[in-house]
Amino acid sequence: MALSRTEVESRVSSVLEEALGVDADEITPEATLINDLGAESIDFLDISFQLEKAFEGDCSPETPFKIEQGELFPENVLNDPELVEDGRLTDNGMALLKQKMPHVDFSEFESDRSVSKIPELFTVKTLVDFCERKLAVCAA
Amino acid sequence: MWIDAITDFEPETRLVAVKNVSLSEEHIHDHFPEEHGLRAMPLMPNSLIVEGMAQTAGILVGSVNRFREKVVLAKITRASIEHDVIPGRTIRYTALLEQHDAAGAATSGSIEMLDHATGQWSGIGRVDLVFSHIDQNMSGMEFPEHNFVFSDNFRNILHAAGLEDLCD
Repeated sequence: MALSRTEVESRVSSVLEEALGVDADEITPEATLINDLGAESIDFLDISFQLEKAFEGDCSPETPFKIEQGELFPENVLNDPELVEDGRLTDNGMALLKQKMPHVDFSEFESDRSVSKIPELFTVKTLVDFCERKLAVCAA
Repeated sequence: MWIDAITDFEPETRLVAVKNVSLSEEHIHDHFPEEHGLRAMPLMPNSLIVEGMAQTAGILVGSVNRFREKVVLAKITRASIEHDVIPGRTIRYTALLEQHDAAGAATSGSIEMLDHATGQWSGIGRVDLVFSHIDQNMSGMEFPEHNFVFSDNFRNILHAAGLEDLCD
């Protein structure tokens, strides 16, 4: 049976409490992982591992809940001059992020495209959406 | 090195190592020296016990890809050490590989201490870690080709345990 949104939120919240050492009441849907919850780059590897553990029992061994490297955020985007120019994403960069990160809402970000605002894209809600999408695939 | 020998190994699963804590180690006399009218209290620093687990688990993680990856400690997920380790004791580190992929690995670990006077092992803590394969880092940063992580000291310990075939 598919997990409810509330159950997915609860497990994501537990993972963030453990990985980031934050209190449950700090974990709101709008909270950004980096700016509000203090996540550092290496925490994303830990969070990925812990999410895989949290949802491994909800997927079959044939279609495991496996988060591939670069799946949460594509690699090397910020170092590519075709994708970033003068500190802002180019059209190509924007298109790549949208393609690689269907779990992210870019509506507010798109008008500015400033690289410095990328950390604001990663909210608790983003992570819950990401997990729901993966669960839908692995349960299909 | 903060481990003396590997005593058990199951590929991609588990690695066990021991460290004998001795009064002949200089650092122990600084932790803690006699001062402020208090007598000296030589103890194995907890930070170095964590490092011992990092080396134990790091060898386990490195062995998965025959030590081709540069495996670095990225995060101490959890560390609790509940008893002091005094000279004359032996520490046993048991590291389990929980997860492993191209980006890195997660390990869990338990720490025990042997009191040679009683012959009894007792659990004294646990340390869970995350390792990164730094050549696979997301920023695309480049590091020297030479594997500076697994130095000759690591290879000597593998050789002493009869595990030299794990390396290329």
